[in-house]
Amino acid sequence: MTSVDLTIALPEILLAIYAMAALLFGVWFGKDRSTGLLIWVTAAVFILLAALIALGTVETRPAFGGLMVDDAFARFARVAILLSGAAVLLMGQDYMQRQNLMPFEYPVLIALATVGMMVMVSAGDLITLYMGLELQSLALYVLAAIRRDSLRSTEAGLKYFMLGALASGLLLYGASLVYGYAGTTRFDGIASTIQDGQLSVGVLMGLAFLLAGLAFKVSAVPFHMWTPDVYEGAPTPVTAFFSTAPKVAAMALLARLLHDGFGGAPGDWTQILAFLAVASMFVGAIGAISQRNIKRLMAYSSISHMGFALVGLAAGTAAGVQATLLYLAIYVTMNIGVFAFILSMRREGRVVTQIDDLHMLSKTQPTAALALLILMFSLAGVPPLVGFWAKFSVLTAAVGSGLVWLAVAGVIASVIGAFYYLRIVYYMYFGEEGQPLDTDISTIQRGLLIASAAAMLLGVINLFGVDGAAAVAAQALVR
Amino acid sequence: MVGLEHYLTVAAALFVIGIFGIFLNRKNIIVILMSIELILLSVNINLVAFSSHMGDLVGQVFAMFILTVAAAEAAIGLAILVCFFRNRGTIDVEDVNVMKG
Repeated sequence: MTSVDLTIALPEILLAIYAMAALLFGVWFGKDRSTGLLIWVTAAVFILLAALIALGTVETRPAFGGLMVDDAFARFARVAILLSGAAVLLMGQDYMQRQNLMPFEYPVLIALATVGMMVMVSAGDLITLYMGLELQSLALYVLAAIRRDSLRSTEAGLKYFMLGALASGLLLYGASLVYGYAGTTRFDGIASTIQDGQLSVGVLMGLAFLLAGLAFKVSAVPFHMWTPDVYEGAPTPVTAFFSTAPKVAAMALLARLLHDGFGGAPGDWTQILAFLAVASMFVGAIGAISQRNIKRLMAYSSISHMGFALVGLAAGTAAGVQATLLYLAIYVTMNIGVFAFILSMRREGRVVTQIDDLHMLSKTQPTAALALLILMFSLAGVPPLVGFWAKFSVLTAAVGSGLVWLAVAGVIASVIGAFYYLRIVYYMYFGEEGQPLDTDISTIQRGLLIASAAAMLLGVINLFGVDGAAAVAAQALVR
Repeated sequence: MVGLEHYLTVAAALFVIGIFGIFLNRKNIIVILMSIELILLSVNINLVAFSSHMGDLVGQVFAMFILTVAAAEAAIGLAILVCFFRNRGTIDVEDVNVMKG
């Protein structure tokens, strides 16, 4: 019984042991000289674990008496988290080296945050949910402030910590109410207390607090205030990490909690999610227009994209979950490409992050400009690129559940959002002459940028089978 | 006789004080850290009260987990605050404004 449980949680256990071993290694051997090696090894461990999970069994297996669940949904999310984490680690290394920012804690903290995310997406109980979420959050607070001597970085860490801790508090208060009024912390136990699709008032209050806490973590409006500041202040590789893996994990956790725990009463939460989705899509799209810093712009872009992902969840169906998972996978791929380029933005060796620095990029770096053009069109949702199909699938799911107004709002928000993505393209191709950016981009960054852009083009054929995997995952979650 | 409602009322009051402490406080970041602790402790009161009321141990197990995580969280928060103080020279809430949201 116990050995079976341990086998099911093997990827998490292995990664946790690896993180602690890496910490010992870093302390024992030369501190920061080992960082380069640790980054490579951590990325390799991530990719190996992703392969282990992807090639593993396909049935649904609860572990530790239901505290954890290993099903197709958890596998999909964990593979997405691990692969994006590996990509971010690899493409950030060049930047960290040039900035002389090589603390050996960086790969260790990313590994620990990833353990937390893996626990989150396979949670079957409110306690597991909380522990996973906190393991992730505590590691991320430190990552945001990892440049100790920079005022911006520490301020980003401080803001993220304060608002994140408040979100955890809200989430916990909700968890305590759900425990009190449902009598259990197990998701399936909560589901069995729901009668005739109605939640008791106490459980409903608890659910509202839980949703508020999780909305903070996915940076949904009105809980998005921390996002632009943290994205701007944190070192760029950390920002790239923030905008990929934690978003997948928090959104998957939301889907898991709502469908496993409260799936019997969709009427009580689809309206809340629809509101969060509309507000996020519009605030993200409108807020980005006035931004001059590309990291802040990506922050608003991520708020808007999380709004679209929430549209899929607001549908409350298996098709909706499938669309959300597909959306997240595509969003993460696009973001890795864009951040691979942002990491390479330098002028005479100094890091620059203003949009104005992109003027006439097409003259000095035609390939990178073309790849960025494809990614921007894809982020804006221009057909026939993959980004369009991502938006199309979530909006179709919303229409399928009768939320036509939500789909219309999504289309309008996407048109508004297209403005600032296309402005970047305009600057790159028709901008003013100025001092060009440095053209030496590291091989890994160039490779990921071009691979991500190519995926946006070639993916239109069959989406690389991600759609099918997302369908299997959604079927496992929504029964 | 002190019943479940009394505990829940105290917990709710502490929770609200904690939330207000975060939003209305204009002076010092340490006060925000204290408010966060207050919120977490109100949750613990809730959990233990429910647990004892229902005769179910899970709530108390949950409370133990929250206590340990809260300790780790406070340690990390103070560590980041110390780094921030070294760079900025102040920990007034109004001075956390290098980046405008």
